[in-house]
Amino acid sequence: MEWANQLCENRQFGSKMTDSKYFTTTKKGEIFELKAELNSDKKEKKKEAVKKVIASMTVGKDVSALFPDVVNCMQTDNLELKKLVYLYLMNYAKSQPDMAIMAVNTFVKDCEDPNPLIRALAVRTMGCIRVDKITEYLCEPLRKCLKDEDPYVRKTAAVCVAKLHDINAQLVEDQGFLDTLKDLISDSNPMVVANAVAALSEIAESHPNSNLLDLNPQSINKLLTALNECTEWGQIFILDCLANYTPRDDRESQSICERVTPRLSHANSAVVLSAVKVLMKFMEMLPKDLDYYGTLLKKLAPPLVTLLSAEPELQYVALRNINLIVQKRPEILKHEMKVFFVKYNDPIYVKLEKLDIMIRLASQANIAQVLAELKEYATEVDVDFVRKAVRAIGRCAIKVEQSAERCVSTLLDLIQTKVNYVVQEAIVVIKDIFRKYPNKYESVIATLCENLDSLDEPEARAAMIWIVGEYAERIDNADELLESFLEGFHDESTQVQLQLLTAIVKLFLKKPTETQELVQQVLSLATQDSDNPDLRDRGYIYWRLLSTDPVAAKEVVLAEKPLISEETDLIEPTLLEELICHIGTLASVYHKPPSAFVEGSRGVMHKRLPARTGSGEGTECPDVGNAAGGSAPEAAPSIIPSQGDLLGDLLNLDLAPPTTAGPTPSTSGMQMGGMDLLGGGLDSLLGGDIGGSPAMGAGFGAAPAVMPASLNAPVGGGLGDLFDLGGGVGMPMGAYIPPKTVWLPAMKAKGLEISGTFARRAGVIQMELVLTNKAMSVMTDFAIQFNRNSFGLAPAGPLQVLTPLGPNQTIEVSLPLSTVGPVMKMDPLNNLQVAVKNNIDVFYFSCQYPISMLFVEDGKMERQVFLATWKDIPNDNESQFQIQDCHLNSEAASNKLQGSNIFTIAKRTVEGQDMLYMSIKLSNGIWVLAELKVQAGNPNYTISLKCRAPEVSQCVFQCYEAVLKN
Amino acid sequence: MIGGLFIYNHKGEVLISRVYRDDIGRNAVDAFRVNVIHARQQVRSPVTNIARTSFFHVKRSNIWLAVVTKQNVNAAMVFEFLYKMCDVMASYFGKISEENIKNNFVLIYELLDEILDFGYPQNSETGSLKTFITQQGIKGQTKEEQSQITSQVTGQIGWRREGIKYRRNELFLDVLESVNLLMSPQGQVLSAHVSGRVVMKSYLSGMPECKFGMNDKIIIDKAGKGGVTNEAGKSTSGKQSIAIDDCTFNQCVRLSKFDSERSISFIPPDGEYELMRYRTTKDIILPFRVIPLVREVGRTKLEVKVVIKSNFKPSLLAQKIEVRIPTPLNTSGVQVICMKGKAKYKASENAIVWKIKRMAGMKESQISAEIELLPTNDKKKWARPPISMNFEVPFAPSGLKVRYLKVFESKLNYSDHDVIKWVRYIGRSGIYETRC
Repeated sequence: MEWANQLCENRQFGSKMTDSKYFTTTKKGEIFELKAELNSDKKEKKKEAVKKVIASMTVGKDVSALFPDVVNCMQTDNLELKKLVYLYLMNYAKSQPDMAIMAVNTFVKDCEDPNPLIRALAVRTMGCIRVDKITEYLCEPLRKCLKDEDPYVRKTAAVCVAKLHDINAQLVEDQGFLDTLKDLISDSNPMVVANAVAALSEIAESHPNSNLLDLNPQSINKLLTALNECTEWGQIFILDCLANYTPRDDRESQSICERVTPRLSHANSAVVLSAVKVLMKFMEMLPKDLDYYGTLLKKLAPPLVTLLSAEPELQYVALRNINLIVQKRPEILKHEMKVFFVKYNDPIYVKLEKLDIMIRLASQANIAQVLAELKEYATEVDVDFVRKAVRAIGRCAIKVEQSAERCVSTLLDLIQTKVNYVVQEAIVVIKDIFRKYPNKYESVIATLCENLDSLDEPEARAAMIWIVGEYAERIDNADELLESFLEGFHDESTQVQLQLLTAIVKLFLKKPTETQELVQQVLSLATQDSDNPDLRDRGYIYWRLLSTDPVAAKEVVLAEKPLISEETDLIEPTLLEELICHIGTLASVYHKPPSAFVEGSRGVMHKRLPARTGSGEGTECPDVGNAAGGSAPEAAPSIIPSQGDLLGDLLNLDLAPPTTAGPTPSTSGMQMGGMDLLGGGLDSLLGGDIGGSPAMGAGFGAAPAVMPASLNAPVGGGLGDLFDLGGGVGMPMGAYIPPKTVWLPAMKAKGLEISGTFARRAGVIQMELVLTNKAMSVMTDFAIQFNRNSFGLAPAGPLQVLTPLGPNQTIEVSLPLSTVGPVMKMDPLNNLQVAVKNNIDVFYFSCQYPISMLFVEDGKMERQVFLATWKDIPNDNESQFQIQDCHLNSEAASNKLQGSNIFTIAKRTVEGQDMLYMSIKLSNGIWVLAELKVQAGNPNYTISLKCRAPEVSQCVFQCYEAVLKN
Repeated sequence: MIGGLFIYNHKGEVLISRVYRDDIGRNAVDAFRVNVIHARQQVRSPVTNIARTSFFHVKRSNIWLAVVTKQNVNAAMVFEFLYKMCDVMASYFGKISEENIKNNFVLIYELLDEILDFGYPQNSETGSLKTFITQQGIKGQTKEEQSQITSQVTGQIGWRREGIKYRRNELFLDVLESVNLLMSPQGQVLSAHVSGRVVMKSYLSGMPECKFGMNDKIIIDKAGKGGVTNEAGKSTSGKQSIAIDDCTFNQCVRLSKFDSERSISFIPPDGEYELMRYRTTKDIILPFRVIPLVREVGRTKLEVKVVIKSNFKPSLLAQKIEVRIPTPLNTSGVQVICMKGKAKYKASENAIVWKIKRMAGMKESQISAEIELLPTNDKKKWARPPISMNFEVPFAPSGLKVRYLKVFESKLNYSDHDVIKWVRYIGRSGIYETRC
């Protein structure tokens, strides 16, 4: 009330007598005074008093004690006073339900008033009084008002139905108001239609399954007619409602689009965005080769650009939406890069959003311009913006290979500015550039090292340490640099500590002679002086690794790293689809589904883009090119965990290629686990430990050296198909079995030679081994174990070698495999590391299995699902291969492939070319979709594979080749 | 939908509070004050989510207008509504200030009751609102007047009332353009566009039907193809036509007609309104070119030379020219010499401001300045903000020309010829910047 006092003073100085004086009542006993004034005989005084009451109410004072006195003022023909009393009623009726009844009579009377404005006012206010007893009285007046002769009353009554529904849904249904409301959709007045649509849409949201809106071509036609005539707000209600409709075919879709496009020229940005939403959604159903489709795409760009000349708050909403649109349909705005250039005076929220879109639109064609801009931005004032700009430069380098060199030199320039946060941000992105383009830009390391001291953020420090460790051999004083970090080891964040540990181990492996002391120091810091389990565990692993087998350690720690992905921050496709259906709304601003921020049932229903119906053409086969995204395949495919490559690498240790050197003496006092894989020891220790401890996995996953998780959260693969094994559906003949190859030569295994192959028989995967004893002594006690592998292959039973294997004897064994073992991504993906034990020793070898072994029998996908899935999988996941010299016709090929559980779903012939659409399901639930092009007389096939886990594509292609050629 | 609307003063005290939905409690008022108005760090988004409640805000001078909701509302609509709300208030009582809001709080509540129902925006055209929200009461109305009001508020032509009469039918048409430029120090155009508005003041009797025509390339090409214009006309008009990237219209314009025939026809609101907005990016006449030269002499001195060249017909005059040359924060003194106009160093704005009252086309002028700097140990380099320019020119930089504006009113006895029409072109600088 401070300002009220100030105003009081103003008044004393003779300011004009206006309404602001009502805000000045701060004296004690004011309620009492007000009471007296409210009961005054003079109309003017009454009115003044009510104004004072409303002013107090506004600033949050409790004036509910005056309820009866205020309600007494209700019966008046002064409309202004009446409105004020109503305002008071709406606020306090709930707290004084019994007294609120006093007002009912007046409401009912007002609903009969000859003046339509008063009738509407009464019905409008009554709906806002949330007292059960009053709502009962509301029904009759409302029924009348819904059929009032005056459109102003009807449009108010329409909204009142929604109000009443919010208070008492059952009542509304019982009284049949919903039907009356539906009738209003055909009202002659466009504003009545618009409000009826708004009310129905809202009611429908809380009844997700009711067919309340009952949208059909006739009602849609009515809406489209009203669209041309109603107010801007009404147009928004109608467009938002239209967006919930799913046209029956592409023709209907096109005709609606045609009638909606004129709205793109509306001055109201919300009308434009809602129109964009309808178009983006219905476009999904249009065939891409349709001329109209192209026209529509072209029509969308200009209005989107125009939105950027609106007020900044609207620009922000528009930019958040454009961000979605650019991800869904990059072609719309690909030539409009310039309009997203940041203006010096843009508010920060607009700047940051523009930057995001610039990166998304960056391509080889415009990269020079983009880089020049980003460089400008990196010198601006706002810290967040500058950081994002620097990061953007790094992302450009990774996205557009041709620009990498320019980006790196720009980053170097920025480092020279010595602005602390710029330098740190630059180092973080340069690390990623090194990852993406190994052995290309390492010449800049010297410059980076100069800035070591200025780094004070964990992420930058960790990145720098990674760089030093990774390139230790090129940095003369790498040991000194790392040692300098080691001094404050315990003050560093975990991220830095982990990185430092790894970097020093790398350094030791590269320069063992000079750094022994350093590595011991860090290992003891990590294992003995730290409470952090992630750090300690990693320390122990390195320690054991180094003390057991330095060569293996080298292979593990210095292994080649997988590539990092180009696009980051992409919204997951299903979420993106949902958000496209919410263009213009809060969901599209937050980039979150409504369920994430809306309480209760309202708006939680997930919206989806329509699937293309393909009317008319009469093609039997799935038209993949035009397939529109629809429902996702029933089961989300599990993806091979790629998290923690390092973790994966570490586990290789037991099965690393055999080394000639015996175990090196342990440098610690720790008891070393034996080499014997089967005898428990390290593997079982680690296996049990890591498999069972999510904390540890997460710890490694978070390590910055690990590639940014471009894959979705890893899901334990393999579990889903546990029962496939037993399911042995009658196996079609002719499953491809590769010839046996020698896996373990006798030379390497003290006389034991192992050759073998893999087969899938009646749904069971089998490893077929031939063991030959080429030594002089008898071999007994055979056992086998696998290292964790990409698809969780594991022996389903013991190795059945019952009789001892005499010299020069050979035995064939068939080992059934299951796919429920521990999973770890291997490189190549189908690599399997095996340990075989006998009475003499343990031997290790690795072999590659044809991935066709993992194709399960129920891999035939529904056509509809296939269509939807094909569209749903981003194009980036598509890979194309050539199969050369294959002389089968499409029929024969199809049969042959079927034998290996590659199912042809549809076939289409276009200009003498057979297109086969096939699906494959892997034992861990991953679906692979394929399109095989076979041209008569051409021995070269083209195959396109699409899969959510694109890593498998290469292996799958190999299988195709193997199956088709054998 | 919109759950509530609050208006605060700069201290965060509530001036207006109107709640439409039951899920919004009084605590929402405080949540916004604490988390946005009083936030320690400036809020970096116009949309804020506090405890599953979303707040949209805009600021007008030091008044905060906030919309609150718990649902997935149409965000664009909320902001459009807030702007509209500001327009409506401004047209009722002028500037949106704390004093004005307090003085008119009863009126504002009345308006809020009318233009938002259960959180759904209703007719918010000031033209029709003013017919029945008057603060005078509506006692004296006859039944006919009342139904006229309601039919206008809900009707198809909600923006114009019937029975308007003028003795003199007059029309003022302003083509207002703001030309935006971002130029590199080397004189390369990084981006340039014109955003234009056609603003009309119409004082016409009855319910006139208007048709507006301009040198839109699409229409002229169409006409040319139709073979209606003769050879000579085609070539001249073809040259003068402009390519409009996009345009948006006042709600009075029949959009479907524009979409199909590209003709702009409408029944105008009475008084002043914005008929259309448009944007062009091709063949823009850039009225001025700025050539900057910045030289750092040692660590404590900068030499700046800026040349401006006017690039339009010599017979035309540009006005209110202002060039703003940013100076570093550690500037200790500035000496300026300019050939024309007045230049001053404004320490509070960290800029040299050079003003020229008038300048004809095809001329050039120059300013040079020596900037003394205080030595600092701040490692951070000066960001060198761009040199910006303001001006006003009496032509449309996009090249837009009004070809006709026809008025038809069949019921009253005046024809298109009787209407007095005035057309004016004003080109202003938008964000007109040259990097240095």
